[in-house]
Parts: sequence; structure tokens; C-alpha cells
Amino acid sequence: MPAVQETIDRVRSIDLDQYKYGFETTIEMEKSEKGISEDVVRFISAKKGEPEWMLAWRLEAYKRWQTMKEPDWARVEYDKVDYKNIYYYAAPKRPAAMSLDEIDPEILKTYEKLGIPLREVEVLEGIAPERRVAVDAVFDSVSVATTFKAELSKAGVIFMPISEAIREYPDLVRKYLGSVVPVTDNFFATLNSAVFSDGSFVYIPPGVRCPMELSTYFRINERDTGQFERTLIIADKGSYVSYLEGCTAPKRDDNQLHAAVVELVALDDAEIKYSTVQNWYPGDNEGKGGIYNFVTKRGDCRGNNSKISWTQVETGSAITWKYPSCILRGDNSRGEFYSIAVSNGMQQVDSGTKMIHLGKNTTSRIISKGISAGRSQNTYRGLVSAHRKATGARNFTNCDSLLIGDQCGAHTVPYIESKNASAQFEHEATTSKISEDQMFYCQQRGLSNEEATALIVNGFVRDVLQQLPMEFAVEAQKLISISLEGSVG
Amino acid sequence: MIEIKNLTVAIEDKQILNGLNLTVNDGEVAAIMGPNGSGKSTLSYVIAGKADYEVLDGEILLDGVDILEMSPDERAASGVFLAFQYPLEIPGVGTMTFLKATLNAQRRARGEGELSTPDFIRKVNGAAEKLEINKEMLRRALNVGFSGGEKKRMEILQMALLEPKFCVLDETDSGLDIDALRIVSEGVNALRAKGRSFLVITHYQRLLDYIVPDVVHVMSQGRIVKSGDKDLAKALEASGYAEYRTGEAA
Repeated sequence: MPAVQETIDRVRSIDLDQYKYGFETTIEMEKSEKGISEDVVRFISAKKGEPEWMLAWRLEAYKRWQTMKEPDWARVEYDKVDYKNIYYYAAPKRPAAMSLDEIDPEILKTYEKLGIPLREVEVLEGIAPERRVAVDAVFDSVSVATTFKAELSKAGVIFMPISEAIREYPDLVRKYLGSVVPVTDNFFATLNSAVFSDGSFVYIPPGVRCPMELSTYFRINERDTGQFERTLIIADKGSYVSYLEGCTAPKRDDNQLHAAVVELVALDDAEIKYSTVQNWYPGDNEGKGGIYNFVTKRGDCRGNNSKISWTQVETGSAITWKYPSCILRGDNSRGEFYSIAVSNGMQQVDSGTKMIHLGKNTTSRIISKGISAGRSQNTYRGLVSAHRKATGARNFTNCDSLLIGDQCGAHTVPYIESKNASAQFEHEATTSKISEDQMFYCQQRGLSNEEATALIVNGFVRDVLQQLPMEFAVEAQKLISISLEGSVG
Repeated sequence: MIEIKNLTVAIEDKQILNGLNLTVNDGEVAAIMGPNGSGKSTLSYVIAGKADYEVLDGEILLDGVDILEMSPDERAASGVFLAFQYPLEIPGVGTMTFLKATLNAQRRARGEGELSTPDFIRKVNGAAEKLEINKEMLRRALNVGFSGGEKKRMEILQMALLEPKFCVLDETDSGLDIDALRIVSEGVNALRAKGRSFLVITHYQRLLDYIVPDVVHVMSQGRIVKSGDKDLAKALEASGYAEYRTGEAA
């Protein structure tokens, strides 16, 4: 098991300071005025050179948002966000780069430090034998680089910052934006609709299998800045795409807000695989600082025989409020949700999924692995529902929780609703604890405390790790070990 | 090889070992017998370094080095192996993964290179065959769903792979049928060698018919009260522990 070994080495190589992405990049930024108002919404829209319809859409959302209340049903506790005290737009001063050479070297350095391959030239020339992944890098509010554009466009794939897509492909964007997560869906999604600044746009034409993995890398750098990215992925008939998302942020004592919206649309026979490794700054051991991760992610299996699969590895953020879901509209469509949620220190996670079965013979599968350590709270919240017409709907759910130590909590809140007598829903759940006897047994055979924990945890999450693209799985495994560093002993 | 001097140990304020002295020489197989509650399992846990036990006095020297300050994994790397009376289940962790992780962890701790995968597999297969452990068992999660006998055989397999200097077998015969007892004992006997000694803890003389000891010690009230050759075990089997229990009451 080389991955296990790598995990162990990685754990060894780090000192007590666990969060290695906590550095800050010093760079000149352009920001909107602090707080939110119609003027700020207009400012953002103008900055992006948006058409009139887009501005109207945002203003409508802003109007609605003012009448909405922040949801409080999740099992998380936090000081309410002061929405007047956030910058809703922050962008590096240099204008958007046309090529990689034009990117501010400070930003390029930031991504290099994070291990994100932006230098596609080197890859293409075979200088750096990196895996071929097209990357869209979002730095605070704007996309700073998208790689492999030329090669992708040869296949007809559109992969670009959404701000560019709004200008270049208005018809496509207009047709699908807000069609999965409506503007008025929930407090955070509505806020996002008003002030989103960037994110990725992907369109895969009919019958095309995207020639490489697509990836977006999000980085919050600026202080007091909210990140509101918006991602829209459309897989046209018979197409396939695998998309990866990663995120980090500098360490700060105050909390930062991240309220993203991700919409996926899969038409007839299309398949979207969406993987996330979320590693926002989790705050310190006393619960100071960290990202509030309030994210709305939803996929619409709009066509018959379509498939959407969410895989998430959640290790970061002070608060996570996130339910990547699938609407199984097309007949025979399939939704999947594979999740590893790790919480340590004072982190609070309330995450899960919704599988909404509307079409005939739709199937879904939920595998959730929650690991709680320290004084954290980890909740799985899920809904599986079958509509009246969802004849033959099937779901299998498996929720396992692993507790490390005796000061953390694991909670499972599954909702099941069926309005069709032929639906078959299965739910399994277990809660277990790494026992002191297990630890002693492993140590007696020569494993250190950390190695033993890593081994047992890796065993626990194996089913889900297998769903990730290979390199990502190795990365995720390392991340999990690092997140749990110091939780035993 | 191993010298235990004046070992005095308490758990939750209750003193279990009362100045125990014991020497096991290089290449020797020593058996410890004794009634329930005499402190046999405590001794094995304290040698391996389990937390919860408070060592009040004494030392445990392995080749002249006191191991009491070492963590359990450091002791393991120094050559201490404990075959558990109740081996633990590790769900989700494949047996091969576990074996390789532990073997390489010990090799690293000793500054030796890691074993290559082909070498490792050869080594496991060779040892597994002797213990009648089939490939299917090696594919399962460690000890999960194993029968009592399978778990004990897996302990001996680990012992064979890790090649320890000092092996403690804590009631390895408990829960074994005759066939399993024979397989396990043959496995242990095959490992008897110069540079490796054994401490075999058991209630019953039966095991010692298969693993014939060089020395037999009788333990009572947390110390060794009598030592002899293998005939002492046979005598005990005939007379029982009554004599030593009386000692307890006195």
C-alpha cells in the first residue's frame, strides 16, 4: 500500500502547525466598498461587463434576499455573520491574464505552493510529467487562469470563467443558470445569485467524452472577503465529464464566508462526475477563525438515462453546511453521493444529500463516512424521496460514523419520503469508535499512534476513496491523516 | 535475554504484581502457569507496554536495556511480541495491508529498508502455508469474522513475519480445538531458535505437550513462587493449584 506509506510520511513531515495552506499572498487588490447594497451589486456586474439581463437577474435576487432569513435548522452553532462587514468583491489589480505569462507572478507562486499545476506549457512540452488536468484557478473573486483552453476547444468543450461565458455564450448561460438552484432557493443561494463574482462554466457538446479531467481551484486570500463562486456544468446528450474542485484559504482569526452555488445539468445519456476536496481553513483548536462553508450544490438528471455522481472529501472549514443533491427527473437516471466528512478541533459539520426521485426506475446510492475527533460535531442529514410517478425508484443508503476520543459527536438524520408504493429504499447506519485496545494492538505490532490512527481511518473510508480519481484519492488520504493529526494520544 | 527484576505493578490502586523476578535465557522457552488472578495477563501487558498499568518499582531488561520507558511500538521494534489472548478486529483494513504496514514500520524504526512488495508477498505466503492460512483469509479485513482458531493462527503468522526476539504467548491455547492447537504449536516450535526466547502463559498443561518448555514457573499472588522443569507442569496438572491458593489465603 504505497498510499498508506505516503500518508504516514506526510504526517511525519508536518509539525504541530497542521494547516499548511495558511499562508497569505501579498498583492494589490481592488475591492468593492464594504457591505452589500444595490450599488455593490451594480458595481460587480459592471466590473464583469455584464449584459443588462444579468444585472436584472442579480438585482432581483438581491431584492429577494433582503426579505429572507438565515436558516437555523442545521446542527451548527456560530456567531451570526455580519453581512455589512464583508467585502463582496476583491480582485487582483492587474487585469485578467490572456496567457499564463501575464499572470501576476505572486499568484502563480501561490498556486505553485499549493501544488496546482497552472503551467500547462511545461506539461504539454513534456517538461513536467504532471497528469493532464485543465485547471481554472479562482483567486478571491475572479478567475486568474484557465489552462488547456485551446486543446479543449478542439473537442468542442467550453471551459472558462463564468464571467467570460456570460459575455461569450449568453444564450447557453441564460438557459441554464438558476434552472437547477432557483434564485430564491435558499438564503445563501439567493445571496450568491446577487453577488457572485466568478466560478467556472463547462459545456460538453453532444456525444463528447471530455478528453481530460477539468478542475477548479478556489483560494480565498483577502481579509474580510466572502467568496461567492458560481459553477455551472452542462453535459449535453451522451457526453461525459469528470470535474474536480479544491479549495484552501489563509489562516485568519476572524471567520470568512464562503457561499457557493454549483449547478449541474445532465441531459439524455450524459454523465457528470463531480469530486470535491474541501480544505478551507478550519480555525484553530479553540474554534477561533475558520471558514463558514455554506454551499448549495445540486445536480439535475434532466435527461433519460443520465447520471450524476458527487464525491466529496470534507476536511476543512469551521462550519460546513452542504448537501450536494440530485434531482432524478429523467427515466432510468441515477444519482450517487459518496462522502467523507472529517471534523476535528471545534469544527462543526452538517452535511449530506438529497435524492429526489421523480422519473421512472430512477436509482440512487448514498455512502457517507463521518469521522469525528477532538470536540467536533459531525452530522449526516439526508433526504430520499420518491414522487408519485417515480415507479420503481430505488435507493441504497449507508451512513457510518467513526468517533475518535470521547468529546466529539456524530449524528445521523435521515429523512425518507415515498409517495409511490413500488419504491424500494434501504438505509443502513453504524457508529463505531477506535478503541484503546485496537490502538494498543496496532502499536504492539510496531505502529506509532499516528500510523495506527491513519491505518484504521483509511480502512474506514476506503469505499469512498475508491470513487475518487486516483491522484485525488492519494491527496485525500493524506489530507484526512493530516486533519486528524493530534486527535489521538 | 530478558530479565525482570522486582517488578511491582498496580492498576487502579490495586497492586497486582508484587516484586516479580524472572529471567528467560536466550533461546529458552519458559512457561508460566498459575491460578486465575495470579497476575499472568498483567505481566504480559506490562511487558508489551499497555497503558493503565502503573509500574511502582522494578525493571524489565531486554538484552540489558530497560524497556519500561519505551512506547509500545518502540518495544515492538526492539523485538517484543505479544500474541494476544483476544486478538482485536480492525474493520476495513485488509490483512495484507496491516501486515505490510507493521513489518515496514518496525524495519524503519530499526533503520532497515522497507521490504519490496514481491519480497513481502513471498514471505507472507511462505509463512501462511505452514499455518494453513489460505489466501482468502489474507484478503479479508484483519481478524474480522475470523473464528477463534483463525485469529490465533493469525497471531502466530504475525510473529513469524516480525521475527521478534522475545515472544509472549498469552493463553494462546484458549478456545482452540485439538487440530488448531497442533497447527499453532507447530508454528511456534518452528520459530524456536537461538536469539529468540518465549514466555508461554497458560492454565493448562495440555499446551505444553505440544510446545515443550525448558523451564516452568508457577505464579501466585503476583510473583514467581516455584520453578522447575517440564515435569513441574505435569505435577501441577495432577495436584491442581490448591497448594498455591492456600498460599494466597495465608
